[in-house]
Amino acid sequence: MSQDHLNPEAPIDLSAILRDLDQYRPRRRGWTWRKPAPGLKMGPFTYRDCTEPLQASVPLPPAHYFGGIDPQPAPVITTEIASGRFEDDIRRMRMAAWHGADHIMVIRTAGQSHFDGLIEGTPQGMGGVPITRKQVRAQRKALDMIEDEVGRPINYHSYVSGVAGPDIAVMFAEEGVNGCHQDPQYNVIYRNINMLRSFVDACESKRLIAWAGMAQIDSAHNANATARDAWKVMPELMVQHAINASFSLGCGIPKENICLSTVPPTATPAPAVYMDLPYAVALRELFPGFRMRAQMNTKYIESSTREATVTHVLNMLISKLTGCDIQSTITPDEGRNVPWHIYNMEACDTAKQTFVGLDGLMDMVTLKEDGPLRRHVRELKERAVLFLEEMLETGGYFAAVEAGSFVDSGLYPERHGDGIARSLQGGIGAGSVIKRAADYMAPVTAHFGYNNLAPWGEEAQRDPASLIGGCTLENPALIQYIDELDEEDNVNVRMQENEAYRQPGGRLLKPEMEWLADGTVMLTMFFPVKAEVAEAAALETARRMNLTDCEVISREVMHPCEGTRVELKGKVPFSLEIDKLHIPQPPDILGEDELRTDIERRPMRVVCGTVGNDEHSVGLREIIDIKHGGIEKYGIQVHYLGTSVPPEKLVGAAIELDADAMLASTIISHDNIHYKNIALIDQVAREMGVRDRLIFLAGGTQVTPELAREAGADEGFGRGSKGIHVATCLVKKRRARDQGQ
Amino acid sequence: MKRTDDFQARRGHLAGLSDQQLHERFWRLADQLVDPLLKMGREYTSPAIERSVLLRMGFSSLEARQLVEGCTDQQLLAHGAGHVVYRFAKAQGLDIRQAGLKLATGEHWAQARELFTGGAAR
Repeated sequence: MSQDHLNPEAPIDLSAILRDLDQYRPRRRGWTWRKPAPGLKMGPFTYRDCTEPLQASVPLPPAHYFGGIDPQPAPVITTEIASGRFEDDIRRMRMAAWHGADHIMVIRTAGQSHFDGLIEGTPQGMGGVPITRKQVRAQRKALDMIEDEVGRPINYHSYVSGVAGPDIAVMFAEEGVNGCHQDPQYNVIYRNINMLRSFVDACESKRLIAWAGMAQIDSAHNANATARDAWKVMPELMVQHAINASFSLGCGIPKENICLSTVPPTATPAPAVYMDLPYAVALRELFPGFRMRAQMNTKYIESSTREATVTHVLNMLISKLTGCDIQSTITPDEGRNVPWHIYNMEACDTAKQTFVGLDGLMDMVTLKEDGPLRRHVRELKERAVLFLEEMLETGGYFAAVEAGSFVDSGLYPERHGDGIARSLQGGIGAGSVIKRAADYMAPVTAHFGYNNLAPWGEEAQRDPASLIGGCTLENPALIQYIDELDEEDNVNVRMQENEAYRQPGGRLLKPEMEWLADGTVMLTMFFPVKAEVAEAAALETARRMNLTDCEVISREVMHPCEGTRVELKGKVPFSLEIDKLHIPQPPDILGEDELRTDIERRPMRVVCGTVGNDEHSVGLREIIDIKHGGIEKYGIQVHYLGTSVPPEKLVGAAIELDADAMLASTIISHDNIHYKNIALIDQVAREMGVRDRLIFLAGGTQVTPELAREAGADEGFGRGSKGIHVATCLVKKRRARDQGQ
Repeated sequence: MKRTDDFQARRGHLAGLSDQQLHERFWRLADQLVDPLLKMGREYTSPAIERSVLLRMGFSSLEARQLVEGCTDQQLLAHGAGHVVYRFAKAQGLDIRQAGLKLATGEHWAQARELFTGGAAR
């Protein structure tokens, strides 16, 4: 890899990313939306709502049926990546970009909200990453290369909150961060930061966000995640959105960069869409022109990744029906642990699959203009207006918070008295805000509020930073870059520790879920006993497999006593040497012309079918049909017998048609029935005395070549096999027989 | 506070409003709540805001913290930390960075304070 260009065939070189970071400057500021491509044609399809495709990506698993297409839906797709080690997160960011993410959000380490200033260097984080200038620079620099590789701008995002909001906002504006969370209500309610400090600081932060063109996301979704009966906070959610939206407009952020973080408030087994849809409609009607950042429901997430995925698909149905600009994705393992690589990819794929699958839906469907939807929409709006009225009657925002108006689990105006109350005199940073003096002055760009520049001349009034010849926002050379402050806790030490495992060049390998060489694996097991016994059995199984740090991460009852599904994580106690791995050679393929010439010179006839009691036909059609690049393409005559073909019939047809070969497809694999069928065909052909003159090939998604050969086939073809592999094999086997004869 | 759901009793004055009127009322109320908060933002400052000014003037986070703490100790923060450094630089004939680093040593605050006691803005 050169310094500024990624090779899709090579791992990203983290050492190169970290080199010369003090010299790095971001290439742009501000947020980027996807470019709509109405009427986009890809493969055999036309799309109505999709956007410009990527140059490089990993398409959805079935894409190979359609020429490998990877249509990209309209909303910006977010993925949250923050494992605690930002260097490992860079690799995950690259993978996520290939899976369709163009908004990378970095969660902050626990406790950063209360750190009064910028954190510097690259300490390891907990539940997130310490956001520092060096970490931001390294990740933005990596994303510059990654966005060039995939061919779409990637928005980089973190949080402007806590008691150092303005410090962080300046750093983000300087470092080309494209989006951020900023909502003073978050500080007040969830971080117990003094109210006055939060709102005064937020003015400066928002002015900087406006200057840098960042997209701003509010924090209303947290009320949903916090309240006891989450679906009842809907009126309050609209109030929180309104306060931050109005406040942000007052600080100069344009409407189109103000994003409402809206979450469908409930989850199944509630009748979720019936409850969530009116809320989504009410919100969009009350906030025209603002952007919708559709968050996914996390309040009710459990350890089942399947269940979480279905909830999120239902959430995206709401997004599709009502519109969204940014689709957040929550990793389906969020209910288990800090997200793993693979689940970021799953979540991105889930979003892409859902939106592409729903492409064009609103050309066919409209929401009803009467009935329960409209009634509920109106009621929610009125409840929100009543909430605002009472806040004013109470004496304004601060008085309402002191009275515990927020995050009460009653559906307003119902009150349960369990809201979060904060005192104007209390919280972190209380008493730190002071009134500006009459001569207050700040000679910088993007400063909010009173600034007594008149005595300093007209140019200073127009451009306060002109007093100092420009500030860092005009002249980045003024930025003071700090590399590391802690000799022990930094990226250099961490990278030295696992150097032998790092690509490019590392010779050792361990399984990995989160951090390089973490050794973590997941096992899925079923035990035919009740849950408590199954859990103990799973742990004992893992121990006997020599895994360490074993922990059950999911337990699902199949039946109270007949069985339990258990998922467990543990670490392997060994490393693998890459050089000593047995890597099967890729199948050698004859050229298309050579294949055609061979068949033209001497025609070949094959009979084929899906054998046993098996109605799968797609895979075999892919192998034989000319339109899928199957063996017909090379001139091979194919007699297709259909599905559920008895072995005797396959062999009989081969004899009757004087075929050169038999192709058996076998998909169903329970009780090894696929290999039993292969063995049966071999046996029937032997009994009928034709085995020597017939080539016999078997294939299917669960077939491995070695086992198919052991069962009696001449060759086996597993997942990913193509017509050209089969045609090559047929021609080669025939040549070998000719030579044998 | 605990209260049963009295929505039907409370909504009387809203029932007759059109959706448009309801939306306008929603935003008027929100703006009314927010206006005093914005006013405070214009009139007040904080250590974080002043650090952010100093960052923009070319100081590191560590230097900015020292300078803001110094300004707070000297009761100069209300004038603006950037303002203090700026005036000190002018008075000493130094560039901004030299002036800030000199103040950050802690030995020159008396001179800085003199610039702001009793005098006019410049």
